Order: sequence, then structure tokens, then C-alpha cells
Amino acid sequence: MNKTTDLAGAVGTLKDGMTIGIGGWGPRRKPMALIREILRSDLKDLHLVAYGGPEIGMLCAAGKVREITYGFVSLDQTPLEPWFRKVREAGQVKVNELDEGLLLLGLRAAGEGVSFAPTRVGLGTSVMANNPYMKTVVSPYDKGDVLLAMPAIPLDVALIHVTRADQRGNTQSDGPDPYFDALFAGAAKRTIVTAEEVTERLDHSHPEGAQKNLFVRGLVKTVVHAPCGAHPTTSHGHYGWDMAHLNNVYGETAGDAAAWAAYMERFVRKGEAAYLSELGGAAAVRALPIPVF
Amino acid sequence: MHADTDYTLAELMIVAAAEAWRGDGEVQAQGIGTLPRIAAGLARLTFEDGLMLSDGEAYLTEDPVPLGASATDRPAPSGWIPYNRVFTTLWKGIRHAMVTPVQIDQWAQTNISALGDFAKPKVQMLGVRGFPGNSISHKNSMLIPAHSKRVFVADEVDVVCSVGYSNRYWPEGMRVPEIKIGIIVTDLCVMDFGGPDHAARVLSLHPGVTFEAVQAATGFALLRGPDMGTTPAPTAEQLAIIRRLDPKDQRSKAIKGNPPGQRQAA
Repeated sequence: MNKTTDLAGAVGTLKDGMTIGIGGWGPRRKPMALIREILRSDLKDLHLVAYGGPEIGMLCAAGKVREITYGFVSLDQTPLEPWFRKVREAGQVKVNELDEGLLLLGLRAAGEGVSFAPTRVGLGTSVMANNPYMKTVVSPYDKGDVLLAMPAIPLDVALIHVTRADQRGNTQSDGPDPYFDALFAGAAKRTIVTAEEVTERLDHSHPEGAQKNLFVRGLVKTVVHAPCGAHPTTSHGHYGWDMAHLNNVYGETAGDAAAWAAYMERFVRKGEAAYLSELGGAAAVRALPIPVF
Repeated sequence: MHADTDYTLAELMIVAAAEAWRGDGEVQAQGIGTLPRIAAGLARLTFEDGLMLSDGEAYLTEDPVPLGASATDRPAPSGWIPYNRVFTTLWKGIRHAMVTPVQIDQWAQTNISALGDFAKPKVQMLGVRGFPGNSISHKNSMLIPAHSKRVFVADEVDVVCSVGYSNRYWPEGMRVPEIKIGIIVTDLCVMDFGGPDHAARVLSLHPGVTFEAVQAATGFALLRGPDMGTTPAPTAEQLAIIRRLDPKDQRSKAIKGNPPGQRQAA
């Protein structure tokens, strides 16, 4: 069994209009090499589901997004993702703005194969008015217990960046927080992972890291070796998120089509090897610290 | 050593904000932003020993993490609180956050999502983030760096992100849960929503501020709290702890112009 392919092979399996879940959290552990490959492709009309970071803004900048389901779209210290802000204020994309916990519950329901998850989260606020497809449900055990029925969020595919993987689809994710990568993988028909490092057999090369395996390999259908593939977001144990790039290089393009086109030309169009050399090489990326506050 | 009158407004607000957690016991104290974060640490170190503090990434710590502390200067972790556990903790109700909404209305509802029409907002802000779940699950206090009618709005907030004491949005037949709003610390006063029918009231005025000035900066009617006095000045011990928790003086940038705590001294 060998699930490895390259970025083009992985993105070639995606179709216009798909619902695509993206792992990670804000500027942390985003499968950015896959995002750049999507930017290089003709894909369009996508529905993105994420605890969003720059991947959402970049795909919006390129006009590839029809709809976004999000708990937030943030660069952390820059609380609002700059391109996301522009497309929202222009009314250009349909949004399903969820409480962060509702997104968790919707993904979990999809993974469990049930159509909704009952919760109090969202009741008493504008969440239901701004997501008019949402309905309530009365507990069969207590009629005063009226709950929001958070609909399941099934995904066509999940894109997840991991620290290391093997050819069979086993993965390990370093870092202090698993985020909700396992829920994205569970909610999806199939998962594509990018990895800093790919070995033949993780049980041979890294058996001590088995507890860092966040989802079973049966969910993973495609493995891509993408060193520095989370840049400009964090890949724990390898490099921190690149605040200067996010804020001053990418962020500066927000709302400016010509500046975005120049970013595409300089960083994206020519492929990942050229991307890394434009950043000063893999060593420069791996020297980036995780910012502290 | 600071004299009694030698403290900044930010430091006065930190000391007032720490009081939000008094009596809370073993809850996760989540101060979001510079002043609330220092305040949570101050509460933990001076009177609320049970509070659980997070390092803002994925761990609980028994000693507060000083602002701007490098990875090697951080206290050792005492527990693990990745985001999945943040949700289970907050849904359980054992958390008390202090947040800084963009808008607050007379029903204590808040907005951090967007200004104007939600379909095409005049200003997209953060989104509802965790506010709906937080507010229906656990107590929330607030810290507002610039008290004005743009924050304390006359009508309802544009997007209701956190539940308050308006009954407009509850589904029919629902047994309405108890909503817990703590204190609201602003650059002018300390408030709560503890008046009759959850009316907003001023609990204390910062030195040199009048009730009339607070009312003039608020879009809805305020009551005078029963013992409305002057917000207590920080003690030398509190100021020493604040300096330790914020060694790079990030608090000096939290309030515009970093004014002194005693306005007459300005």
C-alpha cells in the first residue's frame, strides 16, 4: 500500500464546488502547500469549512470561494484575516458564521453519521437568525429543554498538515494541541495530508510517537511530502508562524487585485521549490520561532 | 515604591478587574487582552487561590505567565487544556472570562461580530467566535478601555453574540437558563447589571469621574449602585505584582495616552 503522490496529484482529485474542510487553527498547522496548489489550479466555487487562517483569505483573494463555514478567520495577533475582511465587507461570499463550539459539534455529528447535534450553544443570540437553516429540537425527556439542533457538516474532503506520515497513511502531529484535525478527518469522505517528513513505515521509524496519531489511517487516502508545507503558518517542532510574511507581505495585498497578482507571481505561480527559495530557503523557514505574547 | 497617588488608570482598572473573580473558587479564569490577563493573575496571586490559569496556548499553569515571557521564562505546566478541553470546560460552566466587546446594550448583550447589515457588513469584526457558547454556559465580565456611546449603545447591538437579559431570542417553550454577567470595568467606572430587572448600575466611579460624566458617555440609562463610591486605588503590594506580571509594561499601551489613575492629577 502506497498512498503518496505529489501536490498536483492530490489537488487533481478535487472538483469544482466541493465542500473542503481544512485542519489547523488560525495561523497554526495549515496545509498551505495544498492551498498554493489549489491557487495554481482552475478549481472554483469551493465551500470551505475551517477554524480559519490565511488559507481562507488567500482562496478568497483568488476568487475560488463560494461559501465559508467558520468559527473564525484570524491571524491571531492580527485578529481579523485581512482578505476575509475585504470579501465580507463587499458581500462577495456566502457565510455560515458559527460559534467555535458549534463548528466542533457539526463536524462531530458528521463523523458520527447523525444529522444534528443538540446543544444550548447559539440560543439567545443572533446565530440562528444569521444561519436561518438552523432549527431547534425539544428534548424527548424534558419538554422545557429546547435545544439548537446543530446540523452535521459533512465534508467531501479534509486537507490536514501533519508532522510526519508514512506511505500507508499513518500520521503523527507534534505540538501541544491536536486542535480539531481528528474531527475534520472524521467528517470527510476522505483526507489528504501533507507532511514535513514521509517514511516507509512509521512503526519502524518513529514508534515512540504513536500517541501523536490523531486519526486512523483508514481515513487518509492521500499522502504528500511537503517540507515547510505549512508556511506561513506554524508546523510545531519545525517552525513558527511567519508574522512578518503574514502581516507585511501577504496582508498588504488585502483588497488590492494588482498586489495580490504580484504576490501570486512572486510566491505561488512558480511552485513550492521557488516559494522556498523566495523565502531564503528551507533553513530560513525552519529558523522561524513560534511567537509568544 | 509608588505613592498612593502614583499609579496609572490602567493599573487602577487591573485591580478593579481582578475583583471580578472574587469568590469564584476553582474556575478557569480567562482574561482576554492585556489588562484582563494581568487582572486574572493578580486575582490568583492575592485572593483567589483556586483559579485555574492557562498559558494562552495549551497548558494550565499554577503561576501566571508574565506577559511577553519567552518560551524558556514560562512557568512549568500543571495541566493540559487544548482547545477541545477548553470547550468541555466552558460547557461545564467552570470558567469565567473577561472580554472586551465592541458593543454592549442595555440588556448586557454584546457584539464582536460585525457592524451594520450582517449580509454585507459595514465593518466585519471577529465573528461571534466563542461568545454564544461562553455566555450561555458560564459567567462573563467585561473590560472596556474607552467608555462611550459607541460601545454602550442606545439600541440593541448590531449582532447579538452573547446572551443577555433580553428575552427576544429564546425559542418558544424554552426554560431560560440563568445568565451570569459579572462586572464591567471601564476607563470611567465599574458597573454591573444588578439593578431591578437587571438594569445597569454604577458600582464605583474612578477618582475624578462623576456619575453624570458616565451617564453622558452611555447610550442607556444607568442607576447609582447602593454603595456607589470611589474605585479603590492599587496598593503597593498590588502594584508590585502587576509589575511582575507585566515586566515590559504592555499595560501602558492599553489605555489611550496612559493617563494617571487620579484624573485631577492630569
